[in-house]
Amino acid sequence: MADVTPSTSKKKSGKAKPAPKGKAKAPEAKTNGNSTDATGLRTKTDRPLTSSRQDLALDQSTKISSSDVCVFYGDKQALFDVNVDILSNHVTALIGPSGCGKSTYLRCLNRMNDVIDIARVTGNIIVDGIDIYDPDVDVVELRARVGMVFQKPNPFPKSIYENIAYGPRIHGLASSKSDMDEIVENSLKRAGLWKEVHDRLHEPGTGLSGGQQQRLCIARAIAISPSVILMDEPCSALDPIATAIVEELIEELRQNYTIVIVTHSMQQAARVSQRTAYFHLGYLVEYGETDQIFQAPKDERTQNYITGRIG
Amino acid sequence: MVGYLFLAIAIISLAGFYAGRSKAQTSVGKLSELHSLPNFHGGFIAAWIGIPSIIVVLLWLLFQGTVIDNLLLSSLPADKVEGMDQAQLSLVLSEVRSVAAGNIFGDPEPHIIAAAERYNSWYSISRWSMVAVALAMCLIALLFTRSKISGRFRARHRVERIMDGIMVVCSVIAILTTFGIVVSLLVEALRFFDLVSPLEFFFGLNWEPQIAIRADQVTGGGAFGAIPVFIGTLQIAFLAMSVATPLGLFSAIYLTEYSGPRFRKAIKPVLEILAGIPTVVYGFFAVLVVAPSMREFGATIGLDIAPNSALAAGAVMGIMLIPFVSSLSDDAISSVPDAMRHGSYGLGATKGETIIKVLLPAALPGIMGGILLATSRAIGETMIVVMAAGIIATLTMNPLEPVTTVTVQIVTLLIGDTEFDNPKTLAAFALGLVLFVVTLMLNILAQRVVRKYRERYE
Repeated sequence: MADVTPSTSKKKSGKAKPAPKGKAKAPEAKTNGNSTDATGLRTKTDRPLTSSRQDLALDQSTKISSSDVCVFYGDKQALFDVNVDILSNHVTALIGPSGCGKSTYLRCLNRMNDVIDIARVTGNIIVDGIDIYDPDVDVVELRARVGMVFQKPNPFPKSIYENIAYGPRIHGLASSKSDMDEIVENSLKRAGLWKEVHDRLHEPGTGLSGGQQQRLCIARAIAISPSVILMDEPCSALDPIATAIVEELIEELRQNYTIVIVTHSMQQAARVSQRTAYFHLGYLVEYGETDQIFQAPKDERTQNYITGRIG
Repeated sequence: MVGYLFLAIAIISLAGFYAGRSKAQTSVGKLSELHSLPNFHGGFIAAWIGIPSIIVVLLWLLFQGTVIDNLLLSSLPADKVEGMDQAQLSLVLSEVRSVAAGNIFGDPEPHIIAAAERYNSWYSISRWSMVAVALAMCLIALLFTRSKISGRFRARHRVERIMDGIMVVCSVIAILTTFGIVVSLLVEALRFFDLVSPLEFFFGLNWEPQIAIRADQVTGGGAFGAIPVFIGTLQIAFLAMSVATPLGLFSAIYLTEYSGPRFRKAIKPVLEILAGIPTVVYGFFAVLVVAPSMREFGATIGLDIAPNSALAAGAVMGIMLIPFVSSLSDDAISSVPDAMRHGSYGLGATKGETIIKVLLPAALPGIMGGILLATSRAIGETMIVVMAAGIIATLTMNPLEPVTTVTVQIVTLLIGDTEFDNPKTLAAFALGLVLFVVTLMLNILAQRVVRKYRERYE
């Protein structure tokens, strides 16, 4: 069922693929100074990091490769033979109607389904060459490398500082107080929250606004320097302004992290992602360049969803 | 008689309810034209019939005795009651009452028999007039309220206001009872402190409340230094809590975080059963099983354990308190949102780290509430300590020796035929007051903590 197109990902890394067609028409293409040469080769030479979402697409290596992933909740199968290769330093959006399995798939990537007693996962998911469902893999280590941001901001009822320090502390990343201070400061800076909270680090994180809380959770996730960040509808509980800030942040984070984001908003998927996977009823229907998915979907169901006929 | 009257009032109220409902229904063409639903009209009438008449009956019953007694006393021949004091008068009155009830012992004087007849006839007059008044009130209320019913009559508002009043009365009853308990304790305790100085009571180290009741009795001098009693109470409560807190907390953590749903379903009711066992049964258990086995165990390792030891009582009380701690901790831990758990797991924390660093701190106020509640139970617990800990107040910190507690002393002080005018019995009230104040403060503390907990999320 899954007519997946992971082929592009098999290409050599470091080599950019041809310039995506229809890029200028992409709904969110806001810059026009990013024209590419014929080969599509590009460097991150002098452009500001956020000038275009294509700028950073230098590394085409596969970060996460999943094959024949099935998920069962008890007797009910929620995910059918999903094959997706997620590229390094890309933002990959998972879209689809409610109950289509996109969150379920996301949760496979750091084995958060383990938390659910009745969930069972089959198939292979390879992160950085390691099968994460191998019995030898320590789920704690895995989650330290594959961080997660949840739908509803869920800061711990601790201070802002302690929220960030939580992860580094359990993984023993800081050897001294000043180390920890540095990690906290850097994480907050990367999450774009430092300016707003630097003078009240010891106030409870739950006292922040919703958008700030979500950025705090992102900061908390990057404090343990993962290489992948999974985001499960990170903006669904946020207002438009907070959403815009988080989206900008995602764009910035892309230079250092591979990001997989589940979203209900097609506009958001189009704005923030380079690649998009469309799920439907537990099947991966279509996977490819975001522009291609939104401009010229190959599957009728994708077409229907994108044009708002189903969903 | 009074029972029938209440029944009659209830029947009239019910009739009023239906009368009001049907009048409301027929007074308009469509139900939607009514301001209030028919049941509110009926309820309005029923309340006005029932409540005032029942109040009148209750007041009547409350005061008729006093009124008749006074009438009776003033009707007695003046030469017979001249110069009698209050106690003698009440003796006369009770003689009249028993004659009136037909219990005649010996030969009552003629004026007593005459008084008894008057007493009986006044009683029946009073009763019948009470019935008449109550029924008349019912009927007047029925007619009056029924005439008010019309389509636009705001019966719902009236009924809601009546309900408000009823709820206020209910809550006031609880408050007044508490207030009454405090006052009675205070009054008696103050009488005690007239006889024994508070300084001795609160700071004295010697507790020997057995004093001579008759002049020829040989007893102790009556020392009322309550420190050994307080120490004993705290010691036993501490022992109990050091058993109950870890056991309860760990079982709560296991049940919420580790056990499967089936095990949890099986084990939770069993824990709840622990809370339902009468404390007397725990007392048996302590005195017949725990204390002897502790004694034997002590003997094998060369320790001399008293048959009534604080340890036995405290340990068994701790078992009794497990469900308090575990069920409140359980609630507190399981009400920590799953988002917290997932957030922690998502950062690569193990289950243990999540529990220690996220769940317990977040649930701490609820857990503290449970522990404080259990502590106030431990301090107030009587039966186990009466049976297992002993009566003699020894000033000791050794849990292997017998100690006594505040509640045990209250029980022993009030057992037996002693009047309430000597320091021995009055001391019970002073102890009770201390107990009341301590548990009240613990409860307030627990409530504060629990309230803080409620504000935690959201």
